[in-house]
Amino acid sequence: MKSKEFKRVDLIFDCDGCQPIDVVKKALKMSRDQVIKSVIDSGLRGRGGAGFPTGVKWKFAKEEESDVKYVICNADEGEPGTFKDREILDIVPNKVLSGMAICAYAIGSKEGIIYLRGEYNFLLKPLNQTIDIFNNSLSKIGLDFAIKIISGSGAYICGEETALFESMEGKRGEPRNKPPYPTKAGYNGKPTVINNVETLVYTSMIINIGTKEFVKLGTSDSRGSKVFSVSGDTPKAGIHELELGLNVADFVAEFGDGDTKAVQVGGASGFCVPRKHFKETIIGFEGIPTGGSMMVFNSTRSMYNVLNDYLEFFEEESCGQCTPCRVGTQQLMKGINAVKTGEKSSDYLDQLLRLTETMKIASKCGLGQSVANSFSSIVTNFREEMIY
Amino acid sequence: MTNTEELVKQLINKHGIHRNSLLPVMQGVVKEESYLSDEAMIEIARGLDLSAADVYGTASFYSFLYTEYKGKNIIRICKTITCKMKGKHKIVEAIEDHLKIKKGETTRNGKFTIMEANCLGWCHKGPVMLVNDDVYPEVEAEKVVEILESYC
Repeated sequence: MKSKEFKRVDLIFDCDGCQPIDVVKKALKMSRDQVIKSVIDSGLRGRGGAGFPTGVKWKFAKEEESDVKYVICNADEGEPGTFKDREILDIVPNKVLSGMAICAYAIGSKEGIIYLRGEYNFLLKPLNQTIDIFNNSLSKIGLDFAIKIISGSGAYICGEETALFESMEGKRGEPRNKPPYPTKAGYNGKPTVINNVETLVYTSMIINIGTKEFVKLGTSDSRGSKVFSVSGDTPKAGIHELELGLNVADFVAEFGDGDTKAVQVGGASGFCVPRKHFKETIIGFEGIPTGGSMMVFNSTRSMYNVLNDYLEFFEEESCGQCTPCRVGTQQLMKGINAVKTGEKSSDYLDQLLRLTETMKIASKCGLGQSVANSFSSIVTNFREEMIY
Repeated sequence: MTNTEELVKQLINKHGIHRNSLLPVMQGVVKEESYLSDEAMIEIARGLDLSAADVYGTASFYSFLYTEYKGKNIIRICKTITCKMKGKHKIVEAIEDHLKIKKGETTRNGKFTIMEANCLGWCHKGPVMLVNDDVYPEVEAEKVVEILESYC
């Protein structure tokens, strides 16, 4: 498949256009079905990483009969290497709020909640001030919808949507069984739309610039642009909005330090792309989908240390509810240490790879299922670094 | 009524008597008393009509809700790979050296606890340190003492 050329985009942080509240007004002039149709036609998929079509999610929630529905903004950004949601909430919070309001109008909700991770508590004060003003503006334009913030308490797993509901309900953040999906029974058992911070901004942008403009960007599988969090061995660390569908080689040409050995696309739960695969790897849903985390490693870095770090992260953040994930993450960590110290032979890596396959099938949620991504891509591509 | 009982009562009045209040109430106690004492957890359980085991079970799930004694100021240093690559160990060493305690420990005067944390979301500006809710991106080992002094 052909990749798109490298192209910078400025939709998220551009503030020259109209006011976010005016975008809500524009949405209110459309019918609820028209709003949902625009989002569906735009091809927008969730920007948190999983990539569920946003408009379809809204449609399901609208079709549910209920007096109470919730719009939740998932700001529990915890994936190593990701910091775009914090920047968005810091720089253009009104755009996020407008996305929530548009969703509320479309599905018929009166209550919006931002679940903000505890690590971002310094944003509470400014964000609450912005929300007060925005809520006021909403009542002035006649939309019965109010937003508030609920603060997290330092658990990566609460970024998983159903774990997030559990946490908001005052429980341990352990993911629920699905179905029922959140659009049927989410927060407090009521129909809920839960979207990532960035996704909500794009819904607002789609209403603002129109579906036609939006679909000009990206590929058929990955419409639009995406905010990337670039870190590691790069002279251009920071937030960069790029058109989706580019390949890793073009990315490295722009952001690498000239000695890039590997790029971890999608954080600890994503994939490690080695230099030999840069050209053929597309960043997007047809290649490697990502929540935006791009960690660049140059040839001075030990990929064993990188993998060890990820496994330590997963071992600590596994909620412990299901055995494949709880025990699997511990065994993987012990296993690579044993191979490195020579306690086990290198063949043991193949057994560990089989274990990740089991975790992929048997784990209850995305955390345990995605450990296999980074583990197999690092072990397969940098096997010698795991052993020697 | 002890101070803790009073605090729990106030928080429950503010957030309401239902299960959804549990996290905000516990967060409120940690903010004031820096950790959830047995007394606090028992009071919360009583106030929200839950078992104390349930309150403890929930608290122990979250890394920001401490069930053991902690210092007045919590220092968290990000230990994730990108901050490691930017030399977070120098920051940890500088703090350990200054406060004469190790990671996970609390100073004798109860002013500081040092902890390491998973990704704090500042990968482009590592190494990063949080002191309570305040963030210090691109923190330098030479500046750490000065920053900590401002919390004394």
